[in-house]
Amino acid sequence: MIAGKRMLSASPQTLGSGCQGDDSRAALTFLGAELLADPSGALLWPAEGILAVADLHLEKGSAFAARGRMLPPYDTRATLNRLAGLIATARPARVLCLGDSFHDRRAAERMDAADVARLRALTDSVADWVWITGNHDPEPPQGFGGRVVEELSIGPLTFRHEAEPGAVGELSGHLHPAAAVALAGRRVRERCFAHDGAKLILPAFGSFTGGLNVLDAAFDGLLAPGFEVLMTARGRVYRFPCARLSPDRAR
Amino acid sequence: MVEAAERGESALLIAPTGGGKTLAGFLPSLIELAERPREGLHTLYISPLKALAVDIQRNLEQPIAEMRLPIRAENRTGDTPEAKRRRQRTHPPHMLMTTPESLALLLSYTDADKLFRTLRCVIVDELHALAGSKRGDLLALGLARLSRLAPAARRVGLSATVSEPERLLAWLSRRGRHDGSDSDDVRLVLGRSGAQAEVEILTSQERVPWAGHMAMHAMKEIYERVRRQRTTLLFVNTRAQAELVFQALWRVNDDNLPIALHHGSLAVEQRRKVEGAMARGELRAVVATSSLDLGIDWAAVDLVVQIGAPKGSSRLVQRIGRANHRLDEPSRALLVPANRFEVLECRAALEAVHDLTLDGEAPRPGGLDVLSQHLLGMACAAPFLPDELYEEVVSAAPYAAMTRDEFDDVLDFVTTGGYALGAYDRFQRLKLREDGRMAVAGPAVARQYRMNVGTITQEALLRVRLNRGPVLGEVEEYFIQGLTPGDTFLFAGQLLKFLGVREMEAQVAKGGTGDPKVPAYAGGRLPLSTHLAERVRAMLADPRQWDGLPEDVQEWLRLQRYRSVLPNRDGLLVETFPKAGKQFLVAYAFEGRNAHQTLGMLLTRRMERVGLGPLGFVATDYVLAVWSLRSPTDMDALFDQDMLGDDLEAWMDESSMLRRTFRNVALIAGVIDRRHPGQEKTGRQVTFSSDLIYDVLRKHDPGHVLLRATRADAAGGLTDIRRLSDFLARVRGRITHKNLDRISPLAVPVILEIGRERVDGSATDELLAAAEAELLAEAMPELAPPRPAKLETWRPQQGRLSL
Repeated sequence: MIAGKRMLSASPQTLGSGCQGDDSRAALTFLGAELLADPSGALLWPAEGILAVADLHLEKGSAFAARGRMLPPYDTRATLNRLAGLIATARPARVLCLGDSFHDRRAAERMDAADVARLRALTDSVADWVWITGNHDPEPPQGFGGRVVEELSIGPLTFRHEAEPGAVGELSGHLHPAAAVALAGRRVRERCFAHDGAKLILPAFGSFTGGLNVLDAAFDGLLAPGFEVLMTARGRVYRFPCARLSPDRAR
Repeated sequence: MVEAAERGESALLIAPTGGGKTLAGFLPSLIELAERPREGLHTLYISPLKALAVDIQRNLEQPIAEMRLPIRAENRTGDTPEAKRRRQRTHPPHMLMTTPESLALLLSYTDADKLFRTLRCVIVDELHALAGSKRGDLLALGLARLSRLAPAARRVGLSATVSEPERLLAWLSRRGRHDGSDSDDVRLVLGRSGAQAEVEILTSQERVPWAGHMAMHAMKEIYERVRRQRTTLLFVNTRAQAELVFQALWRVNDDNLPIALHHGSLAVEQRRKVEGAMARGELRAVVATSSLDLGIDWAAVDLVVQIGAPKGSSRLVQRIGRANHRLDEPSRALLVPANRFEVLECRAALEAVHDLTLDGEAPRPGGLDVLSQHLLGMACAAPFLPDELYEEVVSAAPYAAMTRDEFDDVLDFVTTGGYALGAYDRFQRLKLREDGRMAVAGPAVARQYRMNVGTITQEALLRVRLNRGPVLGEVEEYFIQGLTPGDTFLFAGQLLKFLGVREMEAQVAKGGTGDPKVPAYAGGRLPLSTHLAERVRAMLADPRQWDGLPEDVQEWLRLQRYRSVLPNRDGLLVETFPKAGKQFLVAYAFEGRNAHQTLGMLLTRRMERVGLGPLGFVATDYVLAVWSLRSPTDMDALFDQDMLGDDLEAWMDESSMLRRTFRNVALIAGVIDRRHPGQEKTGRQVTFSSDLIYDVLRKHDPGHVLLRATRADAAGGLTDIRRLSDFLARVRGRITHKNLDRISPLAVPVILEIGRERVDGSATDELLAAAEAELLAEAMPELAPPRPAKLETWRPQQGRLSL
């Protein structure tokens, strides 16, 4: 994706707090802040040393198993491993988890001891780890380190779980945005970042989290009509205007 | 049959269609019940088709009523009303007609032992179509359970002619095997075979086309044949072909003959209407796919036309058998090859039919996913002892070779998910009781089982509705998603304009202009069978066999001999030549399209590694063509068998085929839920989440039972991999390489095929980048990339080339 790279070169990625550069990331300027969208679905704000991820949904697999659907129990491990990889290369000073980090109130009880240790080590390795609360985890479990807030404002930007209509400079998760494009007779549907200059909605980061098409009614009234998506597909980030996207279902 | 029944023996009746097979199956039961009236379920009839179960029941009603027999016969399928089902369990009929899925459900009820205790006879119809499939696996396990509940019940199998009856005998056996020993428990009964079929190949006045599959050149001649017969059945290989052939026939239908269309995507009511009209003799012709291969017998078909090569001799025999169901008259059939290679293939098929050589498939072991569904069902019926259930399971032929370890793995999967991590030991679905029996953990587990029973999985389908009017049928969702409002496509025999999707239905209007996008249905194409491929190779290599081929085909082969060489029977001919600034390699492997596609992918990977700059490839049933920047010279090294090693493994893991297979396995094994009407979850979301599960599982638990089942399935479905490996072994040291200065006559069809193919999945990255770059260039020309993005990372692109 050479075009994307050219755009990146206009915004030096290695400035700031040690976030490593990566060809596959896409740059965007959001209310003056220079941000990078990572193909994993994480968002980097190099100038502030921030790494943000949304909707980890840890222990989603075991939540299903408790109800008789024996999904593999490895989703927590897979999610944490991907997050650890990102932290190792980007070395952020602050990690923001934008809510629904734990699939339910009893997630911690079900978590495998090795995964508990993994998560503790991860929160220990970062100077400031912030759990923003979400509807799945209004009270995130204790004992994993980090601090709990409802929302967090830094400079022009506010991080929270659910987008609020009309808010400006807001970054959120909750909706699990995904986008689909029709290409020469086939269709690609992947998770995406969606933004309209005032709001940015992050894709879900968790290994077992599905996506909701950004053209779904749930996004109505949140994103301005001419919004853009940054779609994460096959280890890269692709930009598309909303006019290029295809809905899952006609409304 | 009656004799076998009197001795209580099981029997397999093999007879051509129309031999009165089904009645023969029921006759002993009718006699027995007439002589000794009794209460309770006596005979169970199982058919792969719901419609057939209903049909048989209706057909039996008549003699029962006429002879005033004290017999009640009923059917039970997914469509049977709840009240009737309940009554059937409390007051069972004497004879019950049902499907494998409905039987599995019946067996999972706690009163199954009471219901089936009185059973004396189980009839399995169209056994050849069930054995070897997952539905067959499920049914075999069900029969094993029936034998435990009703040890006196004998089994009757009804089958069309097959190449290896031993396999069906084993399938039907209560021991799960048939080895010619004294303990064999199934008797083989061969029905009287009818007169030898009269089959001819259409010798068209037109020139035989170089490529293509539609046989449009012969439509007028086909129509003439239709006009001369009372009733003609026209078989094609894919649904898309059916639509096109149907259109083409109507274009030349000057007499307005009633010609209808029948394929699996059409609405059920529509299909029933066509079948009804056909049975009443109101139609002159029906264009059909395999949707009419099975089932309903029509006595009045005068001619069967096979358009396009039949791909296998067993299939051709079955289709020919649809004509004229009177044993004393020969069936008549006409083969219409659509291109030059198909002329050879039709000839090979014709000879195979005359020699009565049928192509058989090697048996595959029963699916682990099906077994896990069955184990859960058995636990729902009653707590079981694992030792006893294991003995029962291995008495079913598909599972006869299953080890106890394997069985325990599946049982562990059913109980706790069977993950190496052992994380779910506290969420058991089955609980071990003090008496050593396994029981379901609660009523929710049984509910879940009953919602998900069955092994039929399919692509998500959307209904196609005409202007809020009638539903025309169903089409795969992915096809609709590739359309934008205003696009036109052929469906249900008409040109339709796509309006949009509303409430889970594709809304369409009649008419519209422009080139139609023909429905590209999944799974229509069957590869050429190994057996026919051998015959085609032999025919090509031996000019003495060319007599009787159309003159232009003979001329084509003579020119090939003059300009290059003919492919020989056992080796491999590889031609290389330059064209349009690219180097072409054409391999005449004759191993079927799927095997060639895999070969193309492996060859291009290898060519990329040695710096030959491969650009793309295209595969047909007969040959593979690869084009590249530089031409390879060492063919022995290029076609070395070791290509089936790491490259294949890596490709299999990534391929969407394996993901789809995994989804089906996960559905059958009950890890993800089936879709039910009215549920929010769409097929796409199921696909999506099963992909997530697949990725995580593959990384963290590669030996898990679900992945083992997936690989076994893929290997079974991918018989082309085995074919490919046999092929590479066979041609080793026998490769003839012809380096030509231009394209050879034999290579023309495949080169023409390039450009017809749709772009394959591997090209998606480039497409994404190109779509994005296009938009960027439009918006910001100054930022336009200095060179096309697609050169950055090369991947083989299938079928994209402008000549």
